[in-house]
Formats: sequence, C-alpha cells, structure tokens
Amino acid sequence: MKPVNQAQVTFLSKSVNESFARGVVAVFLAQADPTLPQLADLKTAVSEAVTNCIVHAYPGTLGQVTMKLALYEEGLVKVTISDKGRGIPDVKQAMEPLFTTGNPEERSGLGFSVMQSFMDNVRVTSRQGRGTRVTLTKRLSPRR
Amino acid sequence: MSNVRFGESPGGLVAYLSGEIDHHSAQMLRQEIDARLQARMPDTLTLDLGGVSFMDSSGIGLILGRARRMNALEGRLVVQHPPRQIQKMLDLARVSYI
Repeated sequence: MKPVNQAQVTFLSKSVNESFARGVVAVFLAQADPTLPQLADLKTAVSEAVTNCIVHAYPGTLGQVTMKLALYEEGLVKVTISDKGRGIPDVKQAMEPLFTTGNPEERSGLGFSVMQSFMDNVRVTSRQGRGTRVTLTKRLSPRR
Repeated sequence: MSNVRFGESPGGLVAYLSGEIDHHSAQMLRQEIDARLQARMPDTLTLDLGGVSFMDSSGIGLILGRARRMNALEGRLVVQHPPRQIQKMLDLARVSYI
C-alpha cells in the first residue's frame, strides 16, 4: 500500500524532544483533519514511545531517535519510532502492564499499555544491542 | 511546558497543574511539589489537573509517586478536575478522581 504522504524526522534522545515529537505529529496530521480526541490519542502514544527511547534505549547517554510518519487512504495513520539503543531482552514481558525496569517510584510501567489502548495496533521488534522499532497504527474514523 | 502553583485547603495543600505533563516536565513538577510537601507536611495533597492540556503515563508516575509519599506521611492524595482526555489516561491506570 502506497502512502498518500510521508515524512521522517531524526532527533537526539533528549527529554525536551518528547514535546517536539508530539508537535511534529500534530502538524503532519493536520492535513488529515483529525478530531481532537484522535489527535490526542496519537500524540499520547508517540510520547510514550519516544519516552521509552530516552529512558530505556539510551540510559545515561544520547542517541538518535527516528520517527517516520505515513498517511494512507481513508485516514490510516502509521507512525514508526526507532532507535539504535540497547534493545529489549524480552518484548513480551516489557509490554505487560506495570512492568518497568525504570525507577518504580516514578515510572508507572504503563507506556505500552497506553499505546495499545490508544492505538488500533502496536508492533514492537527489538534486537539486543541493536535497537528497537515500535510501529503504531490508527485509522482516523470519519467525523460524525 | 508545564507549571504548578500552590493554594491552600483546610488542612491541605492544593497543587494546580497546568500545561503538558510528560517525562521531561514531570521531573520539574515532582521537585516543586515534593519541596512544598516537605515544608508543609499537609494531611491532604490535592492535585488539580484542570489546566492540564496533555498528559502521558509520566503523569501517572507523578501521581502514584505523590500518593506513596502521602501514605508515608499518613495523609491522603486527591486528584481533581481532569479534562476528558486525561480521564481516559487515569481510567486506564485505575486512578480515581473527583
């Protein structure tokens, strides 16, 4: 399937870029005229995935995060967020609600649950020492 | 960008949060709230989310962390006035609010 439009941005894994990534998503999706809740869902899922790169892929160091945005016919949106960080040893375990390797005092362990709840589909592939790719898919249902 | 200002309630401290709460901004909010908690030792901490325009699961981490602190002080935490989109996040995390 060929996208109607696509864009790609690469940025450093600095926490200030979490809002940058959300802003890029909002600007790119303006052409698809999403409803406010749809846009908020996408921004939230992207924020979770980018935060994972910053906290888990590159702990204590900086690396590159690449976000690819693609818009298809009938309002299908696909966002791919990838890093070249340390990778996830057990993806299934990492996606369990409340599982976190972060500071349990401050990290909720809900990042993947939020992505799964707010998106139609979430796909995660990871190789230890090579990086992780998260693909978020959502169809913007027509406005009623 | 996010912000917090503080107010009083009977026996309690109210933190009025506004703007976007993510992993980046939560760190600053946490420090400001904890410094005020330490100084005031209130019976109740109320987090007012009325002015929050965006919140991801980092906001849940912020709320649960403050709830633990209030438990340690034998006090309680109240979450109030979340906008609709943020209610969705709180419901997912099973955080109750008024």
